[in-house]
Amino acid sequence: MNGADQLCRDLESRFGHAVHRSPCLGQCDRGSAALITRAGSDPERFVLAPVSADEVAKALSAGTVPTVPRVGASANGAGAKIVRRMNVADATSLASYRQHGGYQALAKAIEIGAAAVIAEVSAARLLGRGGAAFPTGRKWDAVAREPARPHYVVCNADESEPGTFKDRVLMEQDPFAVIEAITIGGLATGAERGFIYIRGEYPESERAIAGAIQQARAAGLLGVDVSGTGQAFDIEIRRGGGAYICGEETALFNSIEGKRGEPRSKPPFPAQFGLFGKPTVVNNVETLVNVLDILIDGGDAWSKTGTAGSAGTRLFCLSGHVVTPGLYEIECGQTLRHAIGVAGGIPNGRALQAVLLGGAAGTFVGPDALDMPLSFEGARAANATLGSGVIMVFDETADLMDTLARIAQFFRDESCGQCVPCRVGTVRQAELLQGRDPGSGIRDPGSGIRDPGSAHHSAR
Amino acid sequence: MSHDEISFHLPPPAALIPAPPAVAAPVMVPLTIDGRAVEVPAGATLIDACKTLDIDVPTLCYLETLTPVNACRVCVVEVEGARVLAPACSRAVEAGMVVKTRSPRVDLSRKLVLELLGSSVDLSTAPGLSGMMHEYGARPDRFQEVLGSPSSVSSVAQPVKIDNHLYVRDYGKCVLCYKCVEACGTDAQNTFAIAVAGRGFAAHISTELDVPLPDSACVYCGNCIAVCPTGALMATPEFELRQAGQWRPETQAVTDTICPYCGVGCTLTVHVQDQQIVKVTSPFDNAVTRGNLCVKGRFGFEYVNRTQSD
Repeated sequence: MNGADQLCRDLESRFGHAVHRSPCLGQCDRGSAALITRAGSDPERFVLAPVSADEVAKALSAGTVPTVPRVGASANGAGAKIVRRMNVADATSLASYRQHGGYQALAKAIEIGAAAVIAEVSAARLLGRGGAAFPTGRKWDAVAREPARPHYVVCNADESEPGTFKDRVLMEQDPFAVIEAITIGGLATGAERGFIYIRGEYPESERAIAGAIQQARAAGLLGVDVSGTGQAFDIEIRRGGGAYICGEETALFNSIEGKRGEPRSKPPFPAQFGLFGKPTVVNNVETLVNVLDILIDGGDAWSKTGTAGSAGTRLFCLSGHVVTPGLYEIECGQTLRHAIGVAGGIPNGRALQAVLLGGAAGTFVGPDALDMPLSFEGARAANATLGSGVIMVFDETADLMDTLARIAQFFRDESCGQCVPCRVGTVRQAELLQGRDPGSGIRDPGSGIRDPGSAHHSAR
Repeated sequence: MSHDEISFHLPPPAALIPAPPAVAAPVMVPLTIDGRAVEVPAGATLIDACKTLDIDVPTLCYLETLTPVNACRVCVVEVEGARVLAPACSRAVEAGMVVKTRSPRVDLSRKLVLELLGSSVDLSTAPGLSGMMHEYGARPDRFQEVLGSPSSVSSVAQPVKIDNHLYVRDYGKCVLCYKCVEACGTDAQNTFAIAVAGRGFAAHISTELDVPLPDSACVYCGNCIAVCPTGALMATPEFELRQAGQWRPETQAVTDTICPYCGVGCTLTVHVQDQQIVKVTSPFDNAVTRGNLCVKGRFGFEYVNRTQSD
C-alpha cells in the first residue's frame, strides 16, 4: 500500500539481485521498510523505515549506523500506562529509566516475595498478549510449583505475525522495562536463567536490549546476586533466523536448543516440559511489561481498568488505511471504531471496507463490526480474535482478494513443513487464490479453499 | 608386605535363583472410546487404548518401534472438550477422557490429509493407502479439476536418486513421515546421516549438505527402508524388478531364518522369487532387534544367488 513495489523496483535497478523481497519486517507503522546488511569483517544490520532507494544507498556507504526516526506510541492520552516512558525517558540510559519509575516493581517484588508476586499477577487477571490469552498468573504458579530444576523464563520477542510491531516498539523504546519484567518473572518462578528470543529482523531491538542487559548487569540488577537478594538471575539474548514458526513457543524452545524450529506436541506443556525439557515460563514482551504496573498498583487495583473478562490496557498496532498508523495503548473494552478514530480515521473521506484483526492468522471483519468491544470476550462473541493486537484497516479501494492471496502465499512460505494439513494445505490454498482472474472471486469457493482451512483448525 | 598365595574361589552356588525386583502394578487409567469403557496403564497413548478395544485407527507416520512425531495427521480423533483434534499416536490417555474415533470432523480431516498427500505425492507403491482413500471418500484429483491443468497443482515429483548399489531414494514418493530420520537417529541406528531440511512444501529428507549417500554418514543398515511406508526408500533388487515389471510379491516365498554373519543372531525374513532372494526384512515384533538389521543382514545375500560359474 505504501509504495513498497516502487521501492523494490528502484532498489533492484540499482543493486540487482542483492535485493530480496520480504513479506514482513514488522514495520507496518512506517513502511516501506528495508532491512540492510552492511557486509564486512564485522557486518552490521539495521532497518530503515520509511526509506527511499537513495537513503538505502547512503546507509550502505556511511561509516556509522544511520539513525532511525522514532515513530509510534503516538496519541496515547492521559490513560497511557505501558507506553508512558516512550519518547519521554532516554531508552539508552538506566539512570533515566529509574528517574521515570524504573526498577520500583523489582524492589516491590523483592519486598513481598515470590509467592506474593504470583498472587498479585493472578489477582490482576492478566491474560497473555501474544495471541493465546492464557492467564499469566496460572502459568507462573504452575512453573513455581514444579519440583524439577532448573526452571527457565523465556521472553518471546519473535513477534512474527504480520501487522504486529508492538513488541519491537517496546524493546526499542523501553528496553529496561522488558529486562526488569523478565527478572521479576525469574525471581518469582525460581529460575536462574532467562532467555529473550528476539526476531531476526529486529536489529535495533537487539541492540537496545543488549545495551539494557549490560547496564543492568553493571548495576547488580542481573547476575549472581540480583539487587542483594542472594538470588542469581541473568538473561541471554537469542536471535531468530527469520522463521515465522519460531514465534510458536515450543518451536522457539527447539530453536534455542539448536534444533530445527518445529512445534512440539502439547501436552506436555511448557510449564512441565519446556526449554531443555525443564519447567519454563514463556511470555510475550507486552505481557511481561504489564507485570511492572501490576506490582506497583497492586493486582486488584490494576484489574479495575478494562473489562470483567479482559483486565488492563492493550497495545494495538494500527496500520493500513488510517491517517496516523502507529502503536496505540487502548483500554480493553473500547470499540474498534474508537481505535480507528484514535489513529485519525480513514484518510480522504473514504469508506471502510474491512479490518484484519489479529494479524495474518487473524480474522477479517466488516464495517458492521465497528462497535465490537476490543476485549477477548468481545472478539470471541463476534467470532473474531484480537490475536497479537493487529488492526489493519482496508478502505473501499483495497483489493481484498489480492490481500488474501498474499496471506496465503505468506503461509505457504512460512509453514514449517512438519504436518500434512499445513505443509500441503497452504500450497493448495495459495494455488486456488493465485490462479484466479483479477477481480473475480475464489474458484470453487465451496470446498477447495475452506476444507484445508478446517483441517488447519482441527490440527493445532 | 604379605606373600600369601593368591587364590581364586568361585562363589558358592546360590540355593535359590533370586527373584527379580518387584514391579509396581501399573496405575490404570479409565476412559471411554466410542462409547465403550476401557482401562489402560498410565502413560499409554490413545492408539494403545484403541488397540485394546480392537478399534482400528488409520496411521501413516506411526510405528510401534519409533517415537511418535504426529506429522501425518491421519490418526486424529476427537477428544470431548478439546478445541482441536488429537493425534491418537502420541496423545497420552487421561482419566475420564471421552474419545470418538469417527465423527464428521475426524472423517473430514482424514479425507483431506489423504487428498493433500494423494495430490502431491506418488503413492503408487504405498500399501494400504488406496483402501484408506476409498474408505474416506478421498478424491485427490479434485484440486486438478478446479485448477485446470496438472502443472498448476504443485507436487514433489522429482527424479529418483540412484547413487549407490544397495538402495534408491525416490523422494517423489515421500510423505515426509520422519520415520527414516528417526530410524537413522536416536530411535534405532544413531547414525544421523539424514534429517529434514528446508521448510514448508520444500521440506525434504536430506543428507548433510545434500551430498550423495556414499559421501554421507550412511552405514547402509537399511533400517530407513524398513520403516518407509510408501516405498520411497527401496532396496535396489526390488526397485530394478519393479522397473522391469517383474516384481511379483504374490509369488514370493517368505521364510524366517537367522542371520549367518555374527553371534547376535538377528531374525531375517527372506523373500524369495523365482529361486532368487529379492529382499530381506526383519520382524518389528522381535523383542531384541525390533526390525533393525545391519548392512550384512539386510543386503549381504547376493552370494546365495550366485552359482560357481558366476
